[in-house]
Amino acid sequence: MVVGAGQAGGRAVEAMRAAGFNGRVALIGEEAYPPYERPPLSKKLLTGEVEVETTYLNPVEFYADGDIEFMAGVRAESLDVEARRLGLSSGAEVVFDKLLLATGGRVRRLAVPGAALAGVFYVHTIDDSLALRAALAGARSVVAVGGGYLGLEAAAAARVMGLEVTVVEREANLLDRVAAPEIGRVVGDLHARHGTRVMTGADVAAIEGEGRVSGVRLADGTVLAADAVVVSIGIIPNTELAEAAGCEVGDGIVVDEFGETTVPGIYAAGDVANHPNGFLGRTLRLESWQNAQNQAIAAARAMCGAPVPYNEVPWFWSDQYGVNIQLAGVPERWDDIVFRGDPGTGAFSAFYLLEGRVVGVTGFNAAPDVRFGRKLIEARAAVDAETLKNPDVKLKDLVRQTVSTAAAAG
Amino acid sequence: MAWHSVAKSADLDDDEVIGVEVDGKEIAVYKLGGVYYATHNICTHEYACLSDGYIEGDRIECPLHQGYFHIPTGKAQGAPVTEDIPTYPVKEEDGEILVDVPDK
Ligand SMILES: Cc1cc2nc3c(=O)[nH]c(=O)nc-3n(C[C@H](O)[C@H](O)[C@H](O)COP(=O)(O)OP(=O)(O)OC[C@H]3O[C@@H](n4cnc5c(N)ncnc54)[C@H](O)[C@@H]3O)c2cc1C
Ligand code: FES
Repeated sequence: MVVGAGQAGGRAVEAMRAAGFNGRVALIGEEAYPPYERPPLSKKLLTGEVEVETTYLNPVEFYADGDIEFMAGVRAESLDVEARRLGLSSGAEVVFDKLLLATGGRVRRLAVPGAALAGVFYVHTIDDSLALRAALAGARSVVAVGGGYLGLEAAAAARVMGLEVTVVEREANLLDRVAAPEIGRVVGDLHARHGTRVMTGADVAAIEGEGRVSGVRLADGTVLAADAVVVSIGIIPNTELAEAAGCEVGDGIVVDEFGETTVPGIYAAGDVANHPNGFLGRTLRLESWQNAQNQAIAAARAMCGAPVPYNEVPWFWSDQYGVNIQLAGVPERWDDIVFRGDPGTGAFSAFYLLEGRVVGVTGFNAAPDVRFGRKLIEARAAVDAETLKNPDVKLKDLVRQTVSTAAAAG
Repeated sequence: MAWHSVAKSADLDDDEVIGVEVDGKEIAVYKLGGVYYATHNICTHEYACLSDGYIEGDRIECPLHQGYFHIPTGKAQGAPVTEDIPTYPVKEEDGEILVDVPDK
């Protein structure tokens, strides 16, 4: 039984059948759509370059064809662990042997006066994305609140659609939670070059408007005119069912490397799960496409009796103004950042080093660099900053050398 | 049969891949352990050139979302890619790499 028909839930049921499991598989999802990928929602689905169906993990028939009971538009409301029973919003009850909670998160709402006005949008579901697309089509100016990847993508999409766009970020740097200030500035420059106004260190005091949005008032009194406001200030993990079941919950539902919670037979995966990562040497909750897919697959295999531990260098990407940004690793601390290529000209990568080892990498239109960077993070190998910087050195060769030296050194 | 010269042998090192175009078709040409292979160059998930990807053993990893394809057969190797890519015959002659691309 899987609760939550998002990316993690969808990949999990697929993996259960792929692992040869022949028993009953059911997928319960609150949304009206089959499992889909969210990344296009703030990118090409928002600009109208792709349509809804392209985001589906699998065609609609896949579930019936694979003997997967898919219940759309149904919410799991209660969980009785003793009886192994779920109570559903339809009034029905279902029993299970094993349960995967892939309930993701819900958007954190802006808590300022006027936040409930018409014209304030969030981008989390297909319906959100379509509603925002329609609003942008009729708008002239938009304010994006939150300068994380999501807010920046929404801003870029609106700008590409020809609107006047301002990004408002409370912290001193864009991408404050996930990137070094240097990288935040490169992204800020990218937006500025495309005519998007970026305001950092700016707190929103209120959304103004009579009945619908007319502007955003900042803490310093500045008022930015806006026909629409897009808020992207994070998500809150949906841990209620797990809490009711007595599972340990910290920042998300605590699971082991097989996705199992502290209650045997109950698993969790995706945005909602807080899991151990061997490469980072700590536990963490990730909100990423890679994690939603691969952690869910690992949990599904464990549930079917074919456990393979989940351990990957975290990886994330974002697309803004046609620039593909990728990052690997989640560096908390670093003592040097080494640039390969020139941030001013487009394609480049930046390696985060800690005590001579690569702990993170970000690439702008530089997917191969990030891929090799992942290898270096995995190997925890010592690298020479000058060599890393040298455009005449092929990363492929550097990786081969470093990784074999590290292996020889044990 | 329509063999097309797509590159010089010297252009491709072992464990490398290059992207070429033949009759408007995007093709990726690989050299693995001295043997040449050719597949369609565009990923079946979203749009990306596999020739920008990463070779791991006999698989090519897509640069965008890490879908894998088996280079000799073009078989998709799991999420997020589910659809295979076509492969093409390839040979080396007189220092040139030739690919057999079927006419439309
Ligand atoms: C707009 C947007 C853009 C993104 N772009 C990127 C990107 O470029 N790169 C990247 O790496 N990541 C990106 N992400 C993050 C990535 O999409 C998420 O990490 C991923 O969707 C998480 O999948 P999930 O299945 O864990 O959770 P979700 O996708 O949130 O799915 C959870 C599902 O469970 C349902 N549910 C919850 N509770 C219940 C219940 N009690 N009963 C029934 N159903 C329930 C919810 O309705 C939801 O459909 C993006 C996210 C968003 C929102
Ligand atoms: S485009 Fe190749 S995996 Fe997504």
